[in-house]
Amino acid sequence: MKYTEDHLKVELENQEYEYGFTIDIESDKAPNGINEGIIRFISAKKEEPQWLLDYRLNALKVWQSMEEPDWAHVSYKKPEFQDISYYSAPKPKKELESLDEVDPEILKTMERLGISVDEQKRLTGVAVDFVIDSVSVATSFKEKLGELGIIFCSFSEAVKNHPELVQKYLGTVVPTTDNFYAALNSAVFTDGSFCYIPKGTRCPMELSTYFRINESGTGQFERTLLIADEGSYVSYLEGCTAPQRDENQLHAAVVELVAMDNAEIKYSTVQNWYPGNKEGIGGVYNFVTKRGICETNAKISWTQVETGSAVTWKYPSCILKGDNSIGEFYSVAVTNNYQQADTGTKMIHIGKNTKSTIISKGISAGQSHNSYRGLVKIGKGAQNARNFSQCDSLLMSDRCGAHTYPYIECENSTAHLEHEATTSKIGEDQIFYCKQRGVSEEKAIGLIVNGYAKDVLNKLPMEFAVEARKLLEISLENSVG
Amino acid sequence: MSTILKIENLQAQVGDKAILKGINLEVKAGEIHAIMGPNGSGKSTLSSVLAGRDEYEVTNGSATYLGKDLFELDPEERAWEGLFMAFQYPVEIPGVSNINFLRTALAEKANYFKKEPLSAKEFLQTVKEKSALVELNDKLKNRSVNVGFSGGEKKRNEIFQMAMLEPTLSILDETDSGLDIDALRIVANGVNTLKTENNATIVITHYQRLLDYIIPDFVHVLFDGRIIKTGGKELALELEEKGYDWLTKEAVAN
Repeated sequence: MKYTEDHLKVELENQEYEYGFTIDIESDKAPNGINEGIIRFISAKKEEPQWLLDYRLNALKVWQSMEEPDWAHVSYKKPEFQDISYYSAPKPKKELESLDEVDPEILKTMERLGISVDEQKRLTGVAVDFVIDSVSVATSFKEKLGELGIIFCSFSEAVKNHPELVQKYLGTVVPTTDNFYAALNSAVFTDGSFCYIPKGTRCPMELSTYFRINESGTGQFERTLLIADEGSYVSYLEGCTAPQRDENQLHAAVVELVAMDNAEIKYSTVQNWYPGNKEGIGGVYNFVTKRGICETNAKISWTQVETGSAVTWKYPSCILKGDNSIGEFYSVAVTNNYQQADTGTKMIHIGKNTKSTIISKGISAGQSHNSYRGLVKIGKGAQNARNFSQCDSLLMSDRCGAHTYPYIECENSTAHLEHEATTSKIGEDQIFYCKQRGVSEEKAIGLIVNGYAKDVLNKLPMEFAVEARKLLEISLENSVG
Repeated sequence: MSTILKIENLQAQVGDKAILKGINLEVKAGEIHAIMGPNGSGKSTLSSVLAGRDEYEVTNGSATYLGKDLFELDPEERAWEGLFMAFQYPVEIPGVSNINFLRTALAEKANYFKKEPLSAKEFLQTVKEKSALVELNDKLKNRSVNVGFSGGEKKRNEIFQMAMLEPTLSILDETDSGLDIDALRIVANGVNTLKTENNATIVITHYQRLLDYIIPDFVHVLFDGRIIKTGGKELALELEEKGYDWLTKEAVAN
């Protein structure tokens, strides 16, 4: 059989979104629109303290004074902010003690995602916090973590049980005024995850949250706040999937990480929101602000595998404030059909002897556009700062685009900056070579793509790496038939 | 002896350009055939057509491989059925280890025959045995396929893969190009060791040199898309001495 890129293209286009199902859970939904009344509604629904309501109302004012930015290399129909429902909570929403009490529909969803909660609980020791339509429905392992003083809960619970921590750190890494979508999130966020690791504590398991947009026409605005106190360590996993819908759904999350002196945070994301169909209809707008701050000798490592969303616009970043602090960013971004991604990182070097590493691997197929945009900024006081950046692009068709926008701002002459970039096209020669050895084209593409992304996949925790590899193959291979 | 490959009146083109203009060739079990010829005579096209590379269009004729119509099989099916081609320019696959590549290839083959793939232990044992054949450095087994390999290492890696896949018909496409004399000896030794009564080899080469080490049963001279002369191993020596001109002039005259 003649196998050309045209075939590959057709195969890629014909792939169906594997996770396109909706679950039938009655939900408690706010009327569409955004205004002071809605904010008060959300805050009241969640029985929030006054300071948080004030925080939200201030954010609303800030947001209303801002314009939606348009500098990213993406084009999309701007969301109608008044047509979105900003609050949707699944019913029944009673407190759950164990996973046995979780709605069987939700458990079924997790199973279809290939995540068996029980399996994860027993075999891998992963504590899972499920966030479905903004409200956390089940948190496992909480007690075990509690013995170590680790707090891992939904954001709403944290507001109730640890208001002093939330109030102290909320908005310190990503201020309300940071950008249009961060301001929107600050006004309307409904839930998310909260994590606190006490001094000198090494979190004994990977903490994991699965986000999922289920209710049609709802935006998901989750808020994650992760604080690693002095000398602590935590590895945090975040996975996302959304069901298939014709309209575009908005996802504008904010993630804030605080790594205090000598602390280390490893934050891994596998993002598989619905990418839209092959004509580019539907799909999630994924406009996320993720940022961490490193104090002295601290380290933050972002690893992301992005295969979903119609439009992705995000730059997990590190502020290297303390001396000797380290920031890392490892990314694989896949775009197919009409998907668009503008993603990368910002490494802001402020302290002395700060180091950052950026490895970005873009894979573009179909008619998609995949951009790397990264800023490395070396401040005046950042003596001996070092950065290494590597941005590779792999093209799988002749109608897709790969773009690289590296920005460097250097105010200190002792800095060492290295930048490498390559662009390659998946070769017919490579595929033929594989086939001649008896590796079918489907497997060959999987091998080649996984080989290309290996440097990043190797950074993921084991159980996530397996899923990510599978996801890359699903996103790019045809299901031969 | 049983016939492995029978080619009749094979014609093939790239774009609008006819390259193979009627090839006839029969290869039986236990035989080594050498195909020689000047540049541009169609040698590499012949190997590509047999392996199933898709830029080449077969316009006429047939090829029967182990009783099956070869052109009805996809390239990977040909591989599973035991057809192997050692590439003139082995392809690099960054990030995919040699070992993982072969493991995948063998698993796919086992799956095709509805058999269980080798266990990890059996697989590694086989790797150890077969790599010794071509004196392949241990490090190269775990490196990405052909990435950063020298010319000689790439060719030895091809023969290592051939040994692992145990083909019925091996086509060596200019395997001697770019090899120094030591590497040539190692590669030839590998090929000779793998030869049995049940398999066959087609050696495509420009020079007679390789045939000092791999002794062919038949030598065919390919010119302008046709086999213009067939002889025994002494034909190769004659070509080495006299060049191709005397034959090609004769062919043109006819």
